[in-house]
Amino acid sequence: MAAKFPDFLVTKLDWVANLGRANSLWPMPFATACCGIELMATASSRYDIARFGAEAMRFSPRQCDLMIVAGRVVMKMVPVMQRIWQQMPEPKWCISMGACASSGGVFDTYAVVQGIDRFIPVDVYVPGCPPRPEQLLRAVIDLQEKVRRTGTIDAREFADRKTYEGPANLARQIAPEDTMMVPGDFTTATRLRD
Amino acid sequence: MTAWQTKLTETFGDACKFETFRDNIRCDVRTERFLEVMKNLRAQGFDLLLDVTGIDYLHYPKAADRYGVVYSLVNTESGERAYIKVRLNDPDPAVPSVYSIWKGCDWMERETYDMFGIVFEGHPDLRRILMPEEFTSFPLRKDYPLRGRGERHNFPTVLRSDG
Ligand code: SF4
Repeated sequence: MAAKFPDFLVTKLDWVANLGRANSLWPMPFATACCGIELMATASSRYDIARFGAEAMRFSPRQCDLMIVAGRVVMKMVPVMQRIWQQMPEPKWCISMGACASSGGVFDTYAVVQGIDRFIPVDVYVPGCPPRPEQLLRAVIDLQEKVRRTGTIDAREFADRKTYEGPANLARQIAPEDTMMVPGDFTTATRLRD
Repeated sequence: MTAWQTKLTETFGDACKFETFRDNIRCDVRTERFLEVMKNLRAQGFDLLLDVTGIDYLHYPKAADRYGVVYSLVNTESGERAYIKVRLNDPDPAVPSVYSIWKGCDWMERETYDMFGIVFEGHPDLRRILMPEEFTSFPLRKDYPLRGRGERHNFPTVLRSDG
């Protein structure tokens, strides 16, 4: 639709849309572990995420535009996380909250994914174990800034991000004879090569 | 010697070897007589099966067998506890299920099977309980690498433009 309007008008439309979106983010709380407790604290009266317009947490991804992944994600959860991400309507953003969601944290084991950015795109990372509510609020403010600066009314800024943006493969940490090379899909990804 | 220990020794002779460490009484049972021993203990009042878990003795100093399965039993009337251990070996570590004696062993045996690959013969529904069903390894075995074989990152990626 953007192509039909002259540039200056599109810019104004973007600005209006960003104003609305940035000040009314609807988080989807994907809380899988202890960070979720801190996420709840952020929403409660003392820290009050409502001051930043992001208090409307909805447990249906179809009504949300900000996914907050709070906690470690295990490989059994990866397809679920991706499904929920894909069910959210564009434009949407993702905050990776805590050491575990961002990097696996101390759980460098066979089941725990070493950072959710290997599987879904992440906009803001929040360090800490768990991050304090102030840090999460800061992440929301940073994300609002990002929306205001880069957002567009028809979410066209996402369309050309067609390459993988996550970290490099961890396969080098595993001895080659231990590596499993079956190309992954959801039914065979944990199978060993014959 | 407690009463149940004396009774076990009388009935099973040297199929039960006892060991005491800080008031914990452990009993090492020969695999052939295992189910009989458990039935005997149940009849003597050990009515609660607290836990079933496995041990992999690979690289363990002076270990003769590869696997151990440990059962913790409690007599809820007298408060006595007993730790029963059986030893198993490759290629197919298998032990009779105690499902006929304590129904509560159901998920604990499934977990032990999931993590160690120990087969509980006679279990009504021996499936994986924690790992995905198509998983083929047994992750708590000592010859399985801590970080896995790359399974955890072997999934398709969602790109930003996929939406
Ligand atoms: S980062 Fe810390 S608090 Fe957050 S999920 Fe991981 S272990 Fe729990």
